[in-house]
Amino acid sequence: MDEFGPYDPAVDYTSEPAIKELRPGAREATNWKPLNMTRRNFLRGVVCSGIVIAGAGYVFSHPTKARADTRAVDRLVSLTVNGRKRQVDAPPNETLAYTLRYRLGLTGTKIGCNRAECGACTVMADGVSIYSCSTLTHRLRGKEIVTIEGVAAPDGTLHPVQQAFIDEIGPQCGFCTPGQVVAAVALLNKNANPTVDEARLAMSGNLCRCGAYDHYLRGVMKAAGRA
Amino acid sequence: MSYRLIGKDFTPPDLEAKVTGTARFSEDFRADGMAFIRILSSPMPHAQVKDIDLSKAERVPGFLAALTPEEVKQPAPPGQPILSAEPAYVGQPVIAIAAETEQAAEDAIAAVDVELEPLAFCVDPLESLKPGGPNATLGGNISGRGIDYQEVKWTGRDFAVAGDERLPMGNPVVEWNFGDIDKAFSEAAVVVEESIVHASNAHHAMEPRSAAAYWENGKCHVWGSTQSTAFAQPSLATLIGIPPSDLVFFAEFCGGGFGGKAASYPLMALPALMSKKLGGRPCLIRVSRAEEYYNGYARAGFQAWAKMGFRSDGRLIAADVYVVQDLGSTSGFWDFNNVGSATTIVFQPENMRFRAVPVLTNTVPKGAQRGPGENQTANMFEPLLDKAARELGIDRLAIRTINAPGGGGKDAKYGKDQGSVTSAYLREALEKGAERFRWAERAARSGERNGSKVRAVGIGQAYHSAGSNGFDGLVRITPDGVLHIHTGVGNLGTFSYASTSRVSAEVLGYDWDRCVIERGGTARSIPWNLGQFGSNTNFTMTRTNWVAATDAKNKLLAIGAMEMGGEPEDYDLADEHVVARADGSKRMSFADCASKAMALGGGYDGHEVPEEINPLTKAAVAAIAGTGLIGVAKDTLPKDGTVPALAAGFIEIELDLETGKWEILDYVGVADCGTVIHPQGVAAQVRGGAVMGFGLATSERHVYDPAYGRPGARGLYQAKPKTYLDVPVQMGWDAVDEPDPQNPIGAKGIGEPLEGAASSALICAISEALGGHIFNRTPVVTDMIVNVAAGRPQSHKPLQTNCE
Repeated sequence: MDEFGPYDPAVDYTSEPAIKELRPGAREATNWKPLNMTRRNFLRGVVCSGIVIAGAGYVFSHPTKARADTRAVDRLVSLTVNGRKRQVDAPPNETLAYTLRYRLGLTGTKIGCNRAECGACTVMADGVSIYSCSTLTHRLRGKEIVTIEGVAAPDGTLHPVQQAFIDEIGPQCGFCTPGQVVAAVALLNKNANPTVDEARLAMSGNLCRCGAYDHYLRGVMKAAGRA
Repeated sequence: MSYRLIGKDFTPPDLEAKVTGTARFSEDFRADGMAFIRILSSPMPHAQVKDIDLSKAERVPGFLAALTPEEVKQPAPPGQPILSAEPAYVGQPVIAIAAETEQAAEDAIAAVDVELEPLAFCVDPLESLKPGGPNATLGGNISGRGIDYQEVKWTGRDFAVAGDERLPMGNPVVEWNFGDIDKAFSEAAVVVEESIVHASNAHHAMEPRSAAAYWENGKCHVWGSTQSTAFAQPSLATLIGIPPSDLVFFAEFCGGGFGGKAASYPLMALPALMSKKLGGRPCLIRVSRAEEYYNGYARAGFQAWAKMGFRSDGRLIAADVYVVQDLGSTSGFWDFNNVGSATTIVFQPENMRFRAVPVLTNTVPKGAQRGPGENQTANMFEPLLDKAARELGIDRLAIRTINAPGGGGKDAKYGKDQGSVTSAYLREALEKGAERFRWAERAARSGERNGSKVRAVGIGQAYHSAGSNGFDGLVRITPDGVLHIHTGVGNLGTFSYASTSRVSAEVLGYDWDRCVIERGGTARSIPWNLGQFGSNTNFTMTRTNWVAATDAKNKLLAIGAMEMGGEPEDYDLADEHVVARADGSKRMSFADCASKAMALGGGYDGHEVPEEINPLTKAAVAAIAGTGLIGVAKDTLPKDGTVPALAAGFIEIELDLETGKWEILDYVGVADCGTVIHPQGVAAQVRGGAVMGFGLATSERHVYDPAYGRPGARGLYQAKPKTYLDVPVQMGWDAVDEPDPQNPIGAKGIGEPLEGAASSALICAISEALGGHIFNRTPVVTDMIVNVAAGRPQSHKPLQTNCE
């Protein structure tokens, strides 16, 4: 890593056609095993057989393929978000994280995994921290939702957790931070003076790949005195 | 030397946006009429696209456009294309479709008919090296920076001689040596020889690499997630097929990179290409967690062998190292080279031979990941030092201090050419850490048992190169007297975009509250800076800020002399004024100087620029010329030798022999990072690096099914990064804080070795808890510990890789 010539893809990129004929003598797949027809192997066989692959995305892709007929049901739902009533037109299979980000413009709530692993999407519903990526919007009818945008006071005064995270340099990259803030606020709302171990446990649903746990925890403990 | 700002904590200006949720990452971009893109990715580890039929997909309501491999530029193989007609790993993008909604795009993807012909594949480099073994790509199985793309097969004899437990060592692709290792081994008091496996692992940045783009008035606007701002611009423009001046690039925040988002990357260009096809309509691609695994790169794994010979006092006199690198499906990263160089700087062997073969596999592309090669070196070789220390009957700290470079590094040697380093204080880092950790006291009780639990301590060390030169700095003083510091450093989360900018304020004597950092996108007129990777930012961009501020200082002094008489040497800067040395009442404010600079024009306000600065810096200056006093310069300060960032880590654990579970009781990390310019920032890097290191040491790994080439660790719960509950509540940190003589303020890089020092310390402590058993395999997972504690064989074959 001593020499940093600017990476120049123009050098790497040629004008060769993308789809090429197999060169003669190219080695064939010799380690392909015969299939036994378990369901799992059947699926594998379908995808790996070299015949037409239609719907491969069904097995491998992520946005839901569940094609529930969303036209015949009531799509309108009334949500209370950060103290405001919001009317939302959302299909029944839509998650709260998607609704917040794509229908209400509240992009502070992040989607890190979309499967309840990381906690970047943490919001509060009736004071309880939840993963909004794994909660259906229609289940939040009548609940008070608080997102990261609703944590600071209306005049912009930061919540003690937010101020403490700044003082202790909690965030590094900052992507998990909204979830960390909300999780910490939810904890302190319930338990104003947690022990470090209680705080650690309460925050453990929120991953931080930068590894800033120590600094976040210092922030939570500092805020506990002020909240 | 005492500074006003350097070495002091401050509040980085982007922190409030991060804690309030107003920080905008690339997926937070919105525009009217935004279309969504989804991709069809390869279900096979290696295949050739024979036919693509989009007729059904085009009939899906909401379908807008599709992109196929033929429509995008293809790199020379085995480069990484945006879309591939010869997908070489499961998950590689083949076709992209844009639609009115994300669901429609996904439905259209599901309606695509692709005919794929399966090809031979491999997920184990050694399999590919066997006679008749499969090649991961049609053109060969060997690549790497500076290495011809080719096919290499070893002989059956190479494998037979090695047997099952020793790394086969056929002809290497890379080989160098210095000294006479045979003679040195014959003189060694102790020789340790081991075959070792180090797993690959995913970066898994919390923010997947989503991207958005639109075209307007002939310019392409892109929101991308990258560690680097300025450095990403030209390569992204090339991927899109436009000159850099036609790219408006936004990268204000980056939700984690760790090397995986070093600059631009193929997927970042996809929305721009799709948007172009749609007449400039805004397009967004949301990347899922699993797709981030497929497209997010990974640390390269190794199958390795090392033989080390020590004198009776622990000095390493001979090192013989052979590594087979798992490159993934593209030319990957030069981790293999870094194993060689890291070995030379950390252990200072008197004689050494290094051999390597980087091998293509049908696994996700490998990129740089925090300490690429260097941190694997720590995990692979630090336990060997412990083994030698045990055999020699010397302390594990002593065997490290006798080999580690210290005293400023005047005698330290680096790399195959045994070149010089700018400074090295690893020995001092070990001594400082040992004192703070109370090593002697804790080592004495290491191995104590309490029921099924054993206490043990360990030490780790690591290196990464930590600085470059030749980039540009740019500052501007506006007529309101405010200092605008323009920086092309990205926002990786280390806050070094800010801490390096403070050097400009330091040079000019500015109150930090009167400074504004202009960053986050090309529209902010950013100078040509190196990317925020390779632990280089502190060294490289303190220099650029120093030279730019010095240029501004010279212009301020010249204006002062012009207006108040005399020569520039008769004046000084104080309190944001140019002040006569002889008469403090003769003074002119920076604000007035800025107005005067604008009246003078020419070089004073940016209408003329130094010839040697980069064209991108020239373009940035052109955009702000005439708006104030401009300081702009290329870093031509002397630099001779490699800049090393070094680190030492000390750990105490308690390991339960019945369950294999360990708990970290204490950790102290010490950085040799030159002058500490931002103490809180160093603390965050020491601790965060350690957390990442604990994962690298004990849980993070790629798993591939050898029968079907499918990955088994593509989610966070499978990749297993550490959580709050896996790491100590609080960790200690320190820095040697000795200035590097080749940086104007003594700064050098920090971030990468802090991970390797912690990971190797943990691995060494686990071995110590098990009575000195060394695993020669990273990560050391719980079942491996339980197997050793129970005297059972391990479930993996000795050199098996990409396995559970």
